[in-house]
Amino acid sequence: MARPMSGKRPKNLKFTVLSLLRYMGRHKFLLLAVAVLVTISAASNLLGTYMIRPVVNNLASGDIKVLILGVAVTAAIYLTGALCAYGYTQVMVKAAQKVLLDIRRDLFNHLQKLPLHYFDSHRHGDIMSLFTNDVDTIADALNNSFAMIIQSFIQIVGTLVLLFVLNWRLSLLVVLGYLAMFLYIRFSGKRSKMYFSQQQKALGELDGYIEEMVNGQKVVKVFNHEAENIEAFHEKNTRLQRAGTGAQSYAATMIPAVVSISYINYAVVAVLGGLMAIGGTTDVGSLASYLVFVRQAAMPINQFTQQSNFLLAALAGAERVFETMREQPETDDGTIRLVNVREKDGNLVPCTQKTGKWAWLDEKSGSLTPLRGDVRFEQVDFGYEDGHPILKDVSLYAKPGQKIAFVGSTGAGKTTITNLINRFYDVQGGRVIYDGIDVRDIKKDDLRRSLGIVLQDTHLFTGTIADNIRFGKLDATQEEIEHAARVANADSFIRRLPKGYQTMITADGANLSQGQRQLLAIARAAVADPPVLILDEATSSIDTRTEAIIEKGMDQLMEGRTVFVIAHRLSTVRNANAIMVLDHGKIIERGDHDDLLRQKGVYYQLYQGMFELS
Amino acid sequence: MKELKQLFSYVGPYKKDFYLGAILVIFETCFELIIPLLMADIIDIGVVNHDTRIIYIRGIEMGICAVLSLITGLLYARFAARASYGFGARVREAEYEKIQTYAFSNLDRFDTSSLVTRLTTDITVVQNAINGGIRPLVRGPAMLILGIALSIWMNAKLSLVFFVSAPLLAVTLVFIVHRVAPMYSRLQRAVDRLNGVVQEGLTAIRAVKAFVRGEYEEEKFKSVNEDLMQTSQKTFHYAVLNLPAFQIVMYTAVVLIMWFGGNMIINSTLQVGDLTGFLSYVLQVMNSLMMISNVFLLLTRSLASAKRIGEVLDEKPEITSPAAAETVIPDGSIDFKNVSFKYHRDAEEYALSNVSLHIQAGQTVGILGGTGSAKTTLVQLIPRLYDATTGEVDVGGKNVKDYDLTALRDAVGIVLQKNVLFSGTIRDNLRWGNREADDKELWRACRIACADEFIERMPKGLDTDLGQGGVNVSGGQKQRLCIARTLLKKPKILIFDDSTSAVDTATEAKIRTALAELPDMTKIIIAQRITSVMNTDQIIILDDGKINAVGTHEELLRNNHIYQEIYASQVKGGDSNGTSNER
Repeated sequence: MARPMSGKRPKNLKFTVLSLLRYMGRHKFLLLAVAVLVTISAASNLLGTYMIRPVVNNLASGDIKVLILGVAVTAAIYLTGALCAYGYTQVMVKAAQKVLLDIRRDLFNHLQKLPLHYFDSHRHGDIMSLFTNDVDTIADALNNSFAMIIQSFIQIVGTLVLLFVLNWRLSLLVVLGYLAMFLYIRFSGKRSKMYFSQQQKALGELDGYIEEMVNGQKVVKVFNHEAENIEAFHEKNTRLQRAGTGAQSYAATMIPAVVSISYINYAVVAVLGGLMAIGGTTDVGSLASYLVFVRQAAMPINQFTQQSNFLLAALAGAERVFETMREQPETDDGTIRLVNVREKDGNLVPCTQKTGKWAWLDEKSGSLTPLRGDVRFEQVDFGYEDGHPILKDVSLYAKPGQKIAFVGSTGAGKTTITNLINRFYDVQGGRVIYDGIDVRDIKKDDLRRSLGIVLQDTHLFTGTIADNIRFGKLDATQEEIEHAARVANADSFIRRLPKGYQTMITADGANLSQGQRQLLAIARAAVADPPVLILDEATSSIDTRTEAIIEKGMDQLMEGRTVFVIAHRLSTVRNANAIMVLDHGKIIERGDHDDLLRQKGVYYQLYQGMFELS
Repeated sequence: MKELKQLFSYVGPYKKDFYLGAILVIFETCFELIIPLLMADIIDIGVVNHDTRIIYIRGIEMGICAVLSLITGLLYARFAARASYGFGARVREAEYEKIQTYAFSNLDRFDTSSLVTRLTTDITVVQNAINGGIRPLVRGPAMLILGIALSIWMNAKLSLVFFVSAPLLAVTLVFIVHRVAPMYSRLQRAVDRLNGVVQEGLTAIRAVKAFVRGEYEEEKFKSVNEDLMQTSQKTFHYAVLNLPAFQIVMYTAVVLIMWFGGNMIINSTLQVGDLTGFLSYVLQVMNSLMMISNVFLLLTRSLASAKRIGEVLDEKPEITSPAAAETVIPDGSIDFKNVSFKYHRDAEEYALSNVSLHIQAGQTVGILGGTGSAKTTLVQLIPRLYDATTGEVDVGGKNVKDYDLTALRDAVGIVLQKNVLFSGTIRDNLRWGNREADDKELWRACRIACADEFIERMPKGLDTDLGQGGVNVSGGQKQRLCIARTLLKKPKILIFDDSTSAVDTATEAKIRTALAELPDMTKIIIAQRITSVMNTDQIIILDDGKINAVGTHEELLRNNHIYQEIYASQVKGGDSNGTSNER
């Protein structure tokens, strides 16, 4: 049990410790109280044990009063110790949970501020594990190790001091023994790290296999492939078992080794002490109590090494947490905000009431630009990774109210274009212009509020139907919600649900059909009432008949807005003002449906079903 | 603890490692108790009588004890590791084997990611708890018994103090464990709620950012976060009581022994040396109780994991082969006799109701219907991926429930809608259909599925590595590989569940023509595109779990409302051939 998390050691110890201390610093009075109480409790423990000697030695006089006094003092000391132990454990629970609350909150809030790039480049499981594992190890360390380490440290130091007071010559030997233990622990820690990395590798392989096969379990059944799978699993499982047994056998040697070093040390001290006593350099009583202390000293050392292992594991977890908090948040140095305006003497004036009219307010110059929904790309270059450009020199425009469609195979860069409009990512060359303003000059939140988006995968949240539509606009009234639902053609099915708009959605909307979920997503965009709308494969998971049914809702939603449509299905893009055919990051054809058919190029082939989109 | 006990039955051949490990711990404990006795001799005999010989002898004996304890300790490490990792591996394997017996309905009950956790993290947690638990669990009671025995042997009267204080401590500790155990499950629920919010925010991060809902999410998180803090504080408030409780009882015992022992010394019924020795045993006995209570707290924390593993192991596979099963499927005819089906026994509505159908062997049948009309559900009843709730499904004239499952599923090839390729080469993947297939057969299947052209273009051909989950091929290519893989089974019935949606219409037409040259095979094609099914022998229109109509393209186009609507939605704009590309 000594080292459940071995092999995971922090790399940047100083930074991690400092960050952790900063968090603990917020509750420094509580933690100070813990430290003081721990110190008193440890000291009383030592002192109480120390009291045994004078009390017992003085019994020889046969005076009952001495005994009463001695026992009373010991009892008082012990009582203080136990009360302090009660105090520090209780205070520590409070302090630790407060520190954890802060860490979890800051971690979550920081994650919210990270750019999309971070979520695209890290597996969700890994991000989840920050909360499920890493914060947990910090919790364990705070709950147990913090106080224990102070306590063992004080006990070690206190015992050493007492030992030196009692017999400094023998104590030099004892210190030598401690040193040997310490060195052995260091050495063995390094060795076992090696073993554990082998175990980690085997574990990784098995986990990967499990993940893949459990995901494909239904395919396994269909192909009667169970026996083969069990065999392959057995092989990987056995490999892990072997690696794990090896690593653990080695790691577990540490405790017996340290214990037997302490025994040998003890034996040597006892023999030498005995000889010294015969030689007259020390008396029997002192030697006896001296040896009791030597034995007692071994316990805190053991505890100290065990706890420091927990602590190191916790620091490794803490490091991942704090490293994540160091990730650069989304840059947002735009100064232009979106404000409500009203007309006054023919001029636009910003105001605080809801007027339904919006304008871009440049905070520096104070100039107002009405929100219209005019989007332009000027020679935009972009790639998610260096050396892998996705968009090359893309220029296009969408005038207010126009519908622009993108067609092309997976990886052609369709979604990338929309990612650049709402600044999920920033362009690497060229500019994206919104109502004449470079999007980088607009405050991100305001920019995104002015854009509506319907994605292919509709994620619904735990909550009611109304809550989920309200997601598009937090202060939406019930009326606005119902209006949006009617626009999206979702109203009728919602009313047929057992509790209408107040029906609870469970497990990401498992109780709704794909089409219904999509309608909710459309309603969500409708309630926000944005001038620009992005439909990213919004209808591709709906069958054509259902699509035809919601088409009316879609048309209503698109009415009067600038719309960007990404679709696989050509029927959805047919009536766009302009269709862009993308291939490897370039616009290879553009024009309206009829133009493109006349060109007899890629679009024509796609349309005739001679070409495969994927 | 019931959960752990159940899991522990999986220890099997590693039982002897456990016992050996436990015995070694007892030995180790003995050495620890012997050493103070040896030490007492050095002082009481050696020093007092100025006998250097006895000092050396006892010193050497202590050295021997140290070496022996090292040896037993090292052996223990070996056995304990073998036992706990062997145990872990066996539980993992049992769990995995169990999952292999699951029917689709069993799989639906567990979420995929939760199954993965139950196979990985949960096992590790239990394994670590057991690995860490053996030593204190054996050592504690051993120390307790030996310590009490030695103290009685030293002074029976004084040891009475024990018989009062040890049970008192035991009761207190049991009370705390008893109190805390149920709170851990409450704590676990608070943790789950917090993780749920994080998970939800992560999967929908695009929506959160696009709708500028960061602050809203922060608020949501704040409430679960604070809830978790309070629950933790409440739980640990009790859990940490065990330290002061332990100290109070132990210290009281020490003080009492000092008092009574002191009185005995004054009355000369006790030696000074005995009292010190006695006190050191008190410490040991109390420490051992503390150790035991710590182990229980440790095990309690792993209970949640043990429970989740137990759920997987206890799940009853809902579909199994009957006794004396038929292994020969005579032909590929299919009959649905008034079949109704629902996914959960307590679901209110049937997913499929009163379906009756007859499909002759060798026929080609198309199934059309909107999302949620139960097309997939219908075909999954044929290879018994699910069992009909009422009614009967027959294949080759016999109830599917009479066939051996393997034989039935070998005879019914289904290309699933949510299909998966596995890491490995194209050849590895295709051989899932037929373990012994040679290259000629593989290529033949690929030709029918129109997969040959792109495989040939790949530099390594059939040996091309697909990467995890088939990431190195496009959606349409993946679908064609999945079709080829199923064809290799040479099934009597072939089912396409929307299996060509990403394939272009021209290629799809080629696949259809190639399939037509396998006349003995019954073919069922679920599709979105009318073009995919318009040339079949019969088309089944499903609507809301019921058969709306059955007929040929011409018949349906003439008199079926739904079919007309689908047709209209796909040929809108009046283009010449009625095709439209879609995914």
